[in-house]
Amino acid sequence: MKTRKNLPLIVKYLIVAAVYALFLLAGNLLIKNKVIGLYYTKVLMVVAINMILAVSLNIGTGYLGQLPLGSAGFMAVGAYASAIFMRKVPIDPKLIFPVGIILGGLVSGLFGLIIGLPALRLKGDYLAIITLGFAEIIRIVILNIDKALGITLTYGAANLKNIPKTTTFTNAFIWVFIACFLIKAMMNSRHGRAILSIRDNEIAAESCGINLTFYKTMAFVVYAFFTGVGGALYAGYLGILNPSGFGFAKSIDILVIVVLGGMGSMTGSVISSAVLTIVPELLRAFSDYRMIVYSLLLIIVMIFRPTGLMGTKEFNPRGIMDFFMGRKKRKEER
Amino acid sequence: MLKVDNINVYYDNIHAIKNLSFEVMDGEIVTLIGANGAGKSTTLKTISGLLRTKTGGIQFMGEELKSTAPHKIVAKGLVQVPEGRRMFQNLTVEENLEMGAFTMPPNEIPDLKDDIFRRFPRLSERRKQVAGTLSGGEQQMLAMGRALMSRPKLLMLDEPSMGLAPLLVDQVFGIIAEMHSSGVTILLVEQNASMALAVADRGYVLETGKIVLSGSGKELRESDQVKKAYLGG
Repeated sequence: MKTRKNLPLIVKYLIVAAVYALFLLAGNLLIKNKVIGLYYTKVLMVVAINMILAVSLNIGTGYLGQLPLGSAGFMAVGAYASAIFMRKVPIDPKLIFPVGIILGGLVSGLFGLIIGLPALRLKGDYLAIITLGFAEIIRIVILNIDKALGITLTYGAANLKNIPKTTTFTNAFIWVFIACFLIKAMMNSRHGRAILSIRDNEIAAESCGINLTFYKTMAFVVYAFFTGVGGALYAGYLGILNPSGFGFAKSIDILVIVVLGGMGSMTGSVISSAVLTIVPELLRAFSDYRMIVYSLLLIIVMIFRPTGLMGTKEFNPRGIMDFFMGRKKRKEER
Repeated sequence: MLKVDNINVYYDNIHAIKNLSFEVMDGEIVTLIGANGAGKSTTLKTISGLLRTKTGGIQFMGEELKSTAPHKIVAKGLVQVPEGRRMFQNLTVEENLEMGAFTMPPNEIPDLKDDIFRRFPRLSERRKQVAGTLSGGEQQMLAMGRALMSRPKLLMLDEPSMGLAPLLVDQVFGIIAEMHSSGVTILLVEQNASMALAVADRGYVLETGKIVLSGSGKELRESDQVKKAYLGG
């Protein structure tokens, strides 16, 4: 659609990948030389996990325009699936962690399909409540399944312990990249267009010949898949899992990140995951007032930027290039 | 071309369409007229697969559509322009048209788009404008243009004159006649009975879910019953 000369897509991707690799290398160097201490390394890992959770929830809220509140549930499925796999398989956990992560994503995606098909017949508030309900069911099932079936799988309230702690700064951020890249690629394809058109106007989309059920379910399954991936990384980060960690407050936390970043903006989700994870850590100095300051910050942002930090816009390196090269700023296209 | 055979449609317990049958032949303009709540839009929704009939059948070019999914019906060339225009408000005119060609092979899209811009010069002028900022008449043109992007064989228009100024209504009906002359068969649902009957080859009058009268456009315009009820004496 843009008329200006564009670099070939492959070159663009290579440049982005190279810049990202440099960032990973720099991060690793800083960690190795103890410039970033163990504590802050862990904070950065949480940032990465939250980024994955937020960009995937953004598919459901921002792109599809629905309000699924099941993040904690899908995260739990991904976390437990991958953790059980990692504990059982007697190969070097570092080597098979990618398999564990993908497995977590797939199992979670399967749950997404099972839940999505009936749930997506509903809209708005109803969908929010039904997904919230499903997430709670998943949590309760994980809590009680061992006792009910007489097996030892999740260890329920007694914690699933001794999960190999395989999540690192590097692999967490590599998965951030994979998630963003794949979601972006999907949204730029005709499938992405179809999903966005459903958000804009369902009736018009249907009269254009778009299969509503298929595309809604597809968006929901991709959301569940990457939330499961985030969960798997979370399991490898904590090393110990307890169902109580996946209550609905967790889903709300992720939703807050997405709303603050701007629904429909992937860059917004990424930035706000970083801000909302790091700010509470920085505020630890104020101990008692920490959560008050945090909440106030949220309120202030939402008053002055009701569409979130980025609205539905995306960060575009071209904007910066134009600025430095003194080109005239392009008019907003939409 | 389209044969609606004895359909019955319900909204829960409300019997909205009662034993309705009618036919649209290849190359015709057929209109369904009737007051609010007569079941005009319900009929169109049933044909495009959004609602289901309990009895009878709907044949389009010899194929049974009764239980075909809506998106497959569009791919077969039976396209509805929904009531109230229904734009993708945040997309530009051009992008709206591209969405209309969702079922078409991508390499045909530029040609299809050129064709629409030739037919609707007004849309061509506004091709980069966001659809939500178009006037009512322009939005109706865009809705029809978007439907034409999938090269429909039969186009179903649901109240294209709704909420438009008289001058624009004339324009919209001009476009309908023009689309028809380019080979598209049209099923038109209208409250504006006099305009609809003027362009239509044949018409059906709907009252509370039943066809009470049918005939050629001219016959219906001259019928006392229609005059009294819909044309203002």
